[in-house]
Amino acid sequence: MNISPAVAGSRSRPAPAPAPVPPAAGPSEARAAFKESAGAGLGFIPLGLAFGALVTQSGLDWWWAGLSATLAFGGSFEFLLIGMVTAAAPLAAIALSAFMVNVRHVFYALSFPLHRVTGRLGKTYATFALCDEAYALTTGKQARSWPGRRILWLQLFLHLYWAVSAVAGALLGSLIPEGVTGLDFALTAMFTVLALDAVRDLRGDLPTPALALVSALAARLLFPGQMLLAAFALFTAALLARHFTNGRKPTRA
Amino acid sequence: MPDTRYAIAAVLVAAAVTWGLRALPFAALTPLRASSIVQYLSTRMPAGVMVILLVYCLRDLSLTQTRTLAPLIALAVTVGLHLWRRNALLSILGGTAAHVILASAVFAP
Repeated sequence: MNISPAVAGSRSRPAPAPAPVPPAAGPSEARAAFKESAGAGLGFIPLGLAFGALVTQSGLDWWWAGLSATLAFGGSFEFLLIGMVTAAAPLAAIALSAFMVNVRHVFYALSFPLHRVTGRLGKTYATFALCDEAYALTTGKQARSWPGRRILWLQLFLHLYWAVSAVAGALLGSLIPEGVTGLDFALTAMFTVLALDAVRDLRGDLPTPALALVSALAARLLFPGQMLLAAFALFTAALLARHFTNGRKPTRA
Repeated sequence: MPDTRYAIAAVLVAAAVTWGLRALPFAALTPLRASSIVQYLSTRMPAGVMVILLVYCLRDLSLTQTRTLAPLIALAVTVGLHLWRRNALLSILGGTAAHVILASAVFAP
């Protein structure tokens, strides 16, 4: 498709030669971002379909799936939100749970390359759509040279995959026969996979998942009504205690 | 369907909290980066939070009913697939499919 510059240059002054535009930043960055997003998209689309199907199976309207996917863009909490909304949980409880489940995003500010994204609107959207996968893709080794535009395009593609597949799943979900249940296990399976990967990233630091497991079980037994809040609080306290007791010793690194 | 206004408000609340958590830390970036406590927590939090959420998903398992076998078998399928192939999508879809089949057909209520 590309006309090679040598051919174009052989004619002396092609009439209204398109000025040597700086390599069309928009489309090429979009294309590069699309390629980078494809792997994550393969994961988003089936999960989004499952999310949408679960929304209608839980008795919520199809548009709610789209609303949640677009505005509360954060897969894991959205699955939890379905259950809370159908149980008519108080808004304060929803806010608290959203905080606890999504508080991990606080740490993304440590390394997400927001400084490369220009403009107030761009920065606003980049933080709004800073999901786990966007963070993972834009902070990896291969992303060190990405300009801000490519980061934004990537986030937009991920956002679209999620929202469109959620709506599609919600519309198709009503076709699932009555007796078919158990789709909600997608959430459990997702956390299983995320936990396995995250534990592997700790490279042998087994006390951390062990403390988390003990915190979760203790919270389940002692505070069944506020299990998530109690578990996160216990785990954070345990990590801090460990940090301060280890602080005295010389570090391994 | 619960009350429509409530269902919308729930999404808005979740969205506001989520966005706040994503955007506000950038304002406090410098002190965050310098803090050794934050560094320590930030490397260990994700794994712990995922473990806690996994336990939370399984919190209502009854140890006395045979129907509990469906999620336990599906969990084993998910873990097995993931240790074998390290493909997140395959593990999630495989585990979910196992659960749907077991819960709908084998251990149907």
